[in-house]
Amino acid sequence: MPMRLHISTKDPVPIYQQIITQIKHMVASGRLRPGDEAPPIRVLAEQLLINPNTVARAYRELESAGILTSRQGSGTRVSVKGSPLGYTKRLRVLTERVEGLLVEADHLDFTVEDVIELIREQNKSLGATERGKGKNE
Amino acid sequence: MNDSSYGYREQPIEVKGLTRKFGRKTALKNIDLTVSRGRVFGLVGENGAGKTTLIKHLMGLLKAQQGEVRVFGIDPVKDPVGVLSRIGYLSEDRDLPHWMRIDELMNYTRAFYPDWDVSYAQELLNIFRLDPSAKVKQLSRGQKARAALITALAYRPPLLLLDEPSSGLDPVVRRDILGAIIRTVADEGRTVLFSSHLLEEVERVADDVAMIHEGKVVMCASLEEIKDSHHFVTLRFPDSLPEQPQLPGALSIEGKGQEWTALCNSKLEEVCERATAMGCEVFEDRPPTLEDIFVARVGVDRASLREGE
Repeated sequence: MPMRLHISTKDPVPIYQQIITQIKHMVASGRLRPGDEAPPIRVLAEQLLINPNTVARAYRELESAGILTSRQGSGTRVSVKGSPLGYTKRLRVLTERVEGLLVEADHLDFTVEDVIELIREQNKSLGATERGKGKNE
Repeated sequence: MNDSSYGYREQPIEVKGLTRKFGRKTALKNIDLTVSRGRVFGLVGENGAGKTTLIKHLMGLLKAQQGEVRVFGIDPVKDPVGVLSRIGYLSEDRDLPHWMRIDELMNYTRAFYPDWDVSYAQELLNIFRLDPSAKVKQLSRGQKARAALITALAYRPPLLLLDEPSSGLDPVVRRDILGAIIRTVADEGRTVLFSSHLLEEVERVADDVAMIHEGKVVMCASLEEIKDSHHFVTLRFPDSLPEQPQLPGALSIEGKGQEWTALCNSKLEEVCERATAMGCEVFEDRPPTLEDIFVARVGVDRASLREGE
C-alpha cells in the first residue's frame, strides 16, 4: 500500500495522533480504500524511525474507531464497514468538531454561510462521492 | 545451571541505591532504575550528569561503591563474561582498534561471541556501505560509528547499550542508528538502553525515560505518562500581578502583568480549580515536548543541551 506518512517531532501533536489523523485523512480522501493493507507495525516503525509501540497504539485506536481491521494471518486492513460507534456517539463527536469550527470562524470573522461554502468546496476537492450515504437512521 | 537460560526471567537491568564518588565529587547518588524487557529506555541529561558513569556500572567497568547493579540478574563485576555476552555496547568515543581493517575487526570481534551471525554482519556492512578492506583509522566519524554499531549488533544481543550514539554525527548516520534501535526492539523481547541529550530523538524512539541531573534521577516514567502528566497552561488575570502566581505542580512560570504561562506537573483540573479560585481565565496551551519538560525540571537552558554536537 502506498502509505506516505510524515511525522514531525517539532509538532506538539503526539506522534501516534499524527499517524491516526493522516490515515483517517487518506481513508476519507479515497487514497486508501476498503480492503487495502496497512504496512506491518515494524515496517512502518522503521520507515518513520519511531518506536514500534507508537505505531501499535495508533493502529489500536484506528481499530477501535472502526477504520482499520486486523485479523490473524491477513494483517491489518482498511475496514469495509463504517464506524462501529452508535449514532448518538458519532453525532456527539461531530458536534464537538463543528462547535470548534464555528468558534474559530467567528474569531477569524467568517460567517456561517462562508463556512458551509468552504465545507462544500473542500468536500469536492477530497473527491468523495462514496462517503456519507444515509447511514444516519 | 544451564548458562543460556540463566537470568532469562530477570529484568534486563535493575539498579538499586547506586552511589558513586570520584574523590570528593559525587557522580551518582542513590540511583534506582529498572529497565523492562522489550522496551527502549532513554537516559537523558546534560553532559556530565552521570549517564556514562551509570552505563559503565552496567558493563562492569566500574564497581558499585554502594548499592546494587544487576544485568539479567547477574552482577556485572562478579561475572563479566555472563553479562558482556548478553550486551551489545556502543561507547561514547567508539574506541576501535585503529590499525585493523574492517574485515579484521569483524573477525576479531566475532572470536568473543559464539552467537556472532556472519551473514547478518555482512548484511549490515552492505546496508552501511562499508568497504571491508578499509582501515579503521581512515574511516570518517560516521563510518567509524557504523562499524562500531555492527560489532555491537551482529551477535543479536538481548540488551543493547548505546552511550550517546548520535553525538557529533550527521543526520544520515543518526538515521542508521535509530533504525538499528527500532529493528532491535521489533525483534521480540530484545531491550535497548540509550543515553542522549538529543531529546527529539528520545521522544521518537523511547518507551521509558529517566532524566538524570547532577547524578540523581529526577524523573523516571514511561514517555506516555510523562507527556500526559505535564501541561502548559496560560492564565489571564483580571488585574496585573506584581509577582508570579502560585500554581500546583508548577515547574516553571513565565510572563508578566495579567498573563502568565506555566508548565505544570499536575492534573489539569487541579490547575483549573486553583486558577478559578484566583479569579482568572485558563487556556490550555500546546502540549509540552520532552525538551520543554526537561528544561523546566532541571532548570538548565536549552543551549547547554546542544553542547557537544
